[in-house]
Amino acid sequence: MFGLEALLLARIQFAFTVSAHIIFPAFTIGLASYLAVLNGLALRTGRPVFTDLFNYWKKIFAVTFGMGVVSGIVMSYQFGTNWSVFSDKAGPVIGPLMGYEVLSAFFLEAGFLGVMLFGRDRVGPKLHFLATLMVALGTFMSAFWILSVNSWMQTPAGYAINDVGQFVATDWWAVIFNPSFPYRLVHMVLAAYLTTALVVGAVGALHLLRDRGNQAARIMFSMAMWMAAIVAPIQIMAGDFHGLNTLEHQPAKVAAMEGHFETHAGAPLILFGIPNPAEGRVDYRVQIPNLGSLILTHEWNGVVRGLNEWPEDQRPPVSIVFWSFRIMVGIGFLMLGLGLWSLWARWRGRLYDMPWLHRAAVLMGPSGFAAVLAGWITTEVGRQPWTVYGLLSTADSVSPIAAAAVGSSLVAFVVVYFLLFGAGTYYILRLMNHAPIPAEPGLPAEEPVRAGGIMPGPVMASKNALPAGE
Amino acid sequence: MTLDLPMIWAALIAFAVLAYVVLDGFDLGVGILFPLLAEESDRDEAMNSVAPVWDGNETWLVLGGGGLLAVFPLAYAIIMSALYVPIIVMLLALVFRGVAFEFRWRTKRGQFLWDWAFAFGSILAAFAQGVTLGALVQGIAVEGRAYAGGWWDWLTPFSLLTGVALVIGYALLGATWLIWKTEEHVQRRAYHIAFWVAPATLLLIGAVSLWTPFLDRLYAERWFGWPQVLLAGPVPLAVLGAAFLLLRGLTQRRELTPFLASLALFVLCFIGLGISFFPYMVPHAVTIRDAAAPDNSLAFLLVGAAVLVPMILAYTAYAYWVFRGKVKSVGGYH
Repeated sequence: MFGLEALLLARIQFAFTVSAHIIFPAFTIGLASYLAVLNGLALRTGRPVFTDLFNYWKKIFAVTFGMGVVSGIVMSYQFGTNWSVFSDKAGPVIGPLMGYEVLSAFFLEAGFLGVMLFGRDRVGPKLHFLATLMVALGTFMSAFWILSVNSWMQTPAGYAINDVGQFVATDWWAVIFNPSFPYRLVHMVLAAYLTTALVVGAVGALHLLRDRGNQAARIMFSMAMWMAAIVAPIQIMAGDFHGLNTLEHQPAKVAAMEGHFETHAGAPLILFGIPNPAEGRVDYRVQIPNLGSLILTHEWNGVVRGLNEWPEDQRPPVSIVFWSFRIMVGIGFLMLGLGLWSLWARWRGRLYDMPWLHRAAVLMGPSGFAAVLAGWITTEVGRQPWTVYGLLSTADSVSPIAAAAVGSSLVAFVVVYFLLFGAGTYYILRLMNHAPIPAEPGLPAEEPVRAGGIMPGPVMASKNALPAGE
Repeated sequence: MTLDLPMIWAALIAFAVLAYVVLDGFDLGVGILFPLLAEESDRDEAMNSVAPVWDGNETWLVLGGGGLLAVFPLAYAIIMSALYVPIIVMLLALVFRGVAFEFRWRTKRGQFLWDWAFAFGSILAAFAQGVTLGALVQGIAVEGRAYAGGWWDWLTPFSLLTGVALVIGYALLGATWLIWKTEEHVQRRAYHIAFWVAPATLLLIGAVSLWTPFLDRLYAERWFGWPQVLLAGPVPLAVLGAAFLLLRGLTQRRELTPFLASLALFVLCFIGLGISFFPYMVPHAVTIRDAAAPDNSLAFLLVGAAVLVPMILAYTAYAYWVFRGKVKSVGGYH
C-alpha cells in the first residue's frame, strides 16, 4: 500500500493506537487522585464546594474512563495481531506482568468505580471515600504494571533465552524492577499529575475569566497552580535522573536526543538546530559549549558518545527523537514558568484577578497531553531499531501479515478513533464549558447506572429512594 | 505432587472465554435486537437492563486475550495473526458499541446516531467473533512457530456460517434476557423475537455440528470413533434436552427458563468444541503443551489469578444479585 512495507505500517498503527490510548490514562491517573483529594477535603472540611467540585469532575472522569477502557481493549490484542513474533518470544516474560495489570485493574475498577460514580449518598461518605481511593489505586496499579512491561523492553533484566528462542524469567523481581522502571514510573506518574493539573487549571481559569467570583473555579485554579508550581520543578529533576539512567543503559538514544553525531569530550548542549543524519551533523545549531557534558556526565570535559559509535542500522531515527525531546522539555519549562507566575500572582494577592495569567493557563490546558506524547515518542522511537533493547529487533518482531491488511486496518483505526474519540472529546469540552455551580448535580438523574456499575447492595437499595435530581 | 500448570491454565482460559461468551453474549444480543425495538422508551429499557454490567462482561475478553499472551504466547501469536481481519473488525465494532453506552446520554439530537452505533457495533462484533471461531475450527496453516497463510484464509463458507450462527445465538440470549428482565411491552416483543430466533439458533447449531466432522478427520474420530463416542455422545443428547426446555419455556411463557436453557445451549456447544479440540489449541498444529509458556511464568501468574479470580467472581455474582428484578423503562435505576 503506497509502497510502504508491512513493518512500517505496523509501527505506525501501534504508534497511533497506543498514542490515542495513553491520552486517556494520562488524564485519568491524575484525575482519580484529584477526585480522591476533593473527596477527602469534602469529608474533612464539610464545605459543600468540595462536593460540587467532586461531582463536576467525576462526570468528566466517567466519559474519559469509558474511552480509556475501549481503546485499552484494542491494545491487549494489538500485540498478537501486529507483533506476533514479539508476542511469542517475549510473552513468557511480559505476558504475566500484563496479566497482573488486567487482574488488579479489573478487580479495583470493577469493584469500586460504580460506587465512586454513583454511590456517596448510598454507601455513606466513608465507604465512598474508600472507593475513590481504591479507584485511584487501581489506575496507579495499571500504570505500575504497564510501565514495568515497557521498561523491561527498554532495559531487559532477569531473563534467559530458552531453546525455542523465547525470553524466560529467571528472577521475577529483577524483571519487574528492571533498571529503568523506577525512573520511568516516577516520570510518568508525575506527568499524569501535571497533565491533570493543567487541565483543571485551564477549566478553572476559563470560568474565572467569565466570573472571577466563582468559588469553585477559584479553588480548582488555586489547587492546579500549586500543583504546577510544585510538581513542574520536581518533574524536571525526575526527567534529568531518567535521562542519566537512559545514558547508562541506552546511550544511543541519548545521543539522538542531544543530536550528538560525534563522540566529544566537553560536548556542547545543542538548544536548537536541524539534524542532518545524511551528513552526520546538526545544521544551524544554537549551542552552549561544554554544557552537554556537564549535564550528562557532571564533568566539564566529560566524554559523551556520539551516534557514529554505532553501526548505521543500530541508530534510532535522529530527527524525530531530537524534536520530540525538545518539545517535551520546552513544554516542561513552560509549565514551570506558569507555576512561578502563579506563585508571584499569589504573593501579590492577585491570583484570581490577573486575566493574562488566566489566559495563559487556558492556553496551557492541553500542553500536558502534548508533553506526554512527545515524551513517549522520544523513549519509544529512541528505542529503535529494537523492541527488546539490544536483543530482539523490531524487524524480527512483526507478524507475517500482508502490508495491505495492516494498511487497511490502520486506516480503519484512524477513521474510527477520530470519529468516536472526537465526539467524546467534544462531549468532554462541553461538560468543561459549563461553569461549576453550587449544588453541582452528580450524574444526571435520567441516566441509568452505566459503565463500571458493579456496586455493592446498599447502593441500589437506597438509590430508588433518592429524591429526583439526586 | 506437581501441578500440571499448562492444563490448569488451559482450563482457566477456557473458563474466561466461556464467561465472556455467555456474559457479553446477552448484552451483545440486546444490541443486536436494538433495531427491532422501535420505540425510544423500549430501547432505553433494553439498554438499562445491560448498562450496569456490560463493561464487567467485556473485561473477560481482556482477561482471555491478556491471559493467552501470558500463558500460551505461541497460540496467541499464531491465532491473532491468522485471524487478523476478524479480530480487528471485532475490536473496532466493540469500540463503537462501548462508547455508545456513555455518549448516548450526552446528546439528544445525536442520540439516534449512538443507537445505530450500538446496534451496528454489536452485530458486527458478534459476527466477527463467530467468524473467528469458525476459522479456528477450520484450521490454521502453521509453519515452524508462525502463521503461514494469507490474510483472507479465514473467509470460508463455514466461517460465514458460524458468524451468522453466533449473531443469531447472541440474539437468542439477548431476547431471553429481556424476557427475564423486562415487563409488558418490551417483554412481549422479546417473546415474539425469541419464537423466531430460538428455532433458528437450533437449526444453526445443528448445521454447524453436522458440518464440523466433515472438516477434519480429527473431529470425525472424536465424535464417531469408538469408544470416544461414549464421552462425546451425551453432549448432543443434552443439547436436545436444553432445546426442549427452551421451546417449552417459551410456549408456556416462562420468564427465566428460556434464558437458562439458552445459556445451557451455549455451555454445551462450548463443551462440544472442547471435545473436538483437545489437546490442541490450533488444530493439528499447536497443542496446549506446545503453546504453554515455561512453568515459572505460569506459576507466577497463577498465584495472582488464584487470589483475584475468585474475588472477581464474587463481585460479579454480587452485582448481578444487586441488579436482580425487572428493569422499568422510566425510573428503573434512577
